[in-house]
Parts: sequence; structure tokens; C-alpha cells
Amino acid sequence: MDRIPILKVGNILLVSIRVDMDDITVQNLHDDLCEDIVKKRAQGVLIDISSLDMVDSYIGHMLGTIASTSSILGAVTVVAGMRPAVALTMVELGLTLKNVKTALNIELGIVEINNLIQVQGAT
Amino acid sequence: MTELIDLRHVEDIVKARSTVRDHSQKLGFGLVDQTRIVTAASELARNTIEHGGGGFLQIMIIDNMNKVGINLVFEDRGKGIDNIELALSGGYSTGSGLGLGLKGSKQLMHDFEINSKHGTGTRVSVTRWKP
Repeated sequence: MDRIPILKVGNILLVSIRVDMDDITVQNLHDDLCEDIVKKRAQGVLIDISSLDMVDSYIGHMLGTIASTSSILGAVTVVAGMRPAVALTMVELGLTLKNVKTALNIELGIVEINNLIQVQGAT
Repeated sequence: MTELIDLRHVEDIVKARSTVRDHSQKLGFGLVDQTRIVTAASELARNTIEHGGGGFLQIMIIDNMNKVGINLVFEDRGKGIDNIELALSGGYSTGSGLGLGLKGSKQLMHDFEINSKHGTGTRVSVTRWKP
């Protein structure tokens, strides 16, 4: 069973998914992220999915769950780097990822997270 | 050419995906079509395991004079689907999923056929043809 590594860069937790995840690996990632947000006092979570060649309804559902749980714990989540073919297929499948913030790549993802943290701090 | 894959545990979904991906690649499907086929396979494999109590996937490569395609058959001996129309309408789920599996896979593939009887299991056959 694979465990996805979580890196801490400043106040952001950075996750780059580079394996084809089974359902248990996705569940573990969710649990590990929740623990790390609290333990490492992170304010943002950036999930790089540029290596993922598909997002099915389960993975899509879990990305939404991760964003919701992180938000309750006080961290913002951005999913970065989705491939165009994956985005197209997700929409055809009926998945919209409505409650998940996305960015074109990791770099723009970090910019987006810092913006979101600032907005959060201002309110 | 056909290949059989056992679908028993959720880990088998990954195996189903990678095998279907390999075949679609070899057949020369474009990137978007490969993604559609693999995503449909993932949805239907999860249905077979979670709702059908396990079963198998049969991958068949169709390559004759005028048509090239990939056919995926998912079969289980589970409790079957009581109301197929409702299950195909999307947003309906008896398990932990989102209910998108059947409706979504139908969208992603060209041909879609489902046979299910209460108590005897479910068989879903989907095909995507090369343009």
C-alpha cells in the first residue's frame, strides 16, 4: 500500500500525486493531511495532480472531502495541474469539483493559496 | 483477443485501469479517448466490487476490416439492480459512491448495455470505437 509523501514548504503542505492511487491510498492521504495540518500548523494545502491520467468519481469526491475537512481545520486547499484530457473527461462524467479551488500549475497554485490565506486573514 | 481480470478488492481497480490503459494505448486511441475509456473502466470496476460483491472484467479487442474498438464486460453475481432506470439517472446511490458510475460510463463510451436481475447479478458491456 502506497503512502503519498506530504512536504511542508513555509505554511503550505505540498502533495504531489505520482502513482495510480487505489481507494485506500486516497483515504490515507486524507487522514495524513488532516493530521499534518494540525500538527504542522499549516494554512494551505496544495495538491499537484499533473501526473494523474484520470480522476474518477471516487477520487473527485475525495478531493472535495479533503478541501472540506482542511477548511474546517482552517487551511485552504488548491488542486493544481489537472491535465486537459482529465478535465474534459470529468465534465463528461458529470463531476464538476464545485467546492474545490484549482490552478493551472504548482506555481500559480502557490500564488492562489497565498491570496486565499490573505483574504482569510483579513476577514 | 480477450483478457480476464479478477475484481475482488478495491486494489484490483488499479490493475483494471492499468490493463485497460495499456490496451487502449496499443490500439492507438487518442489521449482524451484513452482517458474516457480508463475512467469508465474505473467506475464500472468499482461498481462490480462494491455493489456486486466482486466479479470479473473481460477486455476484448475488436479489430476487423472496418472497425477498431475496445469492449469491456463487467460481470458479478451480486444482488442485482432493482431499478435500472433509476440507477442510470445518476445521483442515485445505494453505496458510498456518488451514483455517477453507470450514467457517467454511459456518457464516456459509445455502446452501453446492461443486464441485471434481482438476485442473479449484473452484466455491463461497454464499447468505444476508434474514430
